[in-house]
Amino acid sequence: MSTTVTTVDARGQSCPGPLVSLARELKGAPLGGTFELLATDPGSRSDVPSWAELTGNELVESATLDDGTYRYLIRKVV
Amino acid sequence: MATVEDRLGAPAAIDAADFAALLERVATLEAAGAKAIEKKNKMTIIAWGGDLDRIWPTTILASTAAASGMEVSVFFTFWGLFAIVKPDVRITGDNWMQKMMSAMNPGSAQKAKLSRYHFAGAGPAMFKKLAEEHHVEKPEALMELAADMGAKLIPCQMTMDLLGLKRTDLLDGLEEPIGAATAIKEMREAAVSLFI
Repeated sequence: MSTTVTTVDARGQSCPGPLVSLARELKGAPLGGTFELLATDPGSRSDVPSWAELTGNELVESATLDDGTYRYLIRKVV
Repeated sequence: MATVEDRLGAPAAIDAADFAALLERVATLEAAGAKAIEKKNKMTIIAWGGDLDRIWPTTILASTAAASGMEVSVFFTFWGLFAIVKPDVRITGDNWMQKMMSAMNPGSAQKAKLSRYHFAGAGPAMFKKLAEEHHVEKPEALMELAADMGAKLIPCQMTMDLLGLKRTDLLDGLEEPIGAATAIKEMREAAVSLFI
């Protein structure tokens, strides 16, 4: 299985920027792919889990980095 | 102490025909349930308002829902229609009333006014400056994103006729104009329906 992680850098974007960027990156990507979403929008802390629930994709991990950036790991399963 | 059986009497025997009918009902309900889950994933917005403070939330919700894998239909009617007029189209309509209406409602989301604190255009300019500082996409960009991700942008035929707007006055990439009955059908099958 491929271990490549595609990074979606949505730092600086506001709602719904990060989700739109992520969705566009996921579109057409193969199932099982892992994506790293970087965001600075505090709204993403609730929006990314909601998005995962709505789409059925898997939010593997979410963390806040030292510089305050929110980092999400998402696996495309649908 | 009386047992449950004492109080209710002996349970009646279920005959095979009743049981088959019951199974059939369960199957019907299950099928209906499966359909309902499918519809849970659809949002219909009636975009009635053309003001900036209406068309903006309309486009934010439409693009977010589309990005979340939802089926999205946005039905543009009345003032909302002016938000999907091509930016370079000036005066529209065939008679003075329609022309006056279009002069008072400059086309495209770029030129949308604020419903409050418009201050002859200073309000929207400040709003857009704030949005830029906060990196919020403008409504026209969000509308394009939503359409890109499969949201259906649908003009209302009746209001187009009423306001004298032609298909060529409106943005490219829109769905074919529809009527109120189709709009109601879109709303009935969507779990989320909004009038903005």
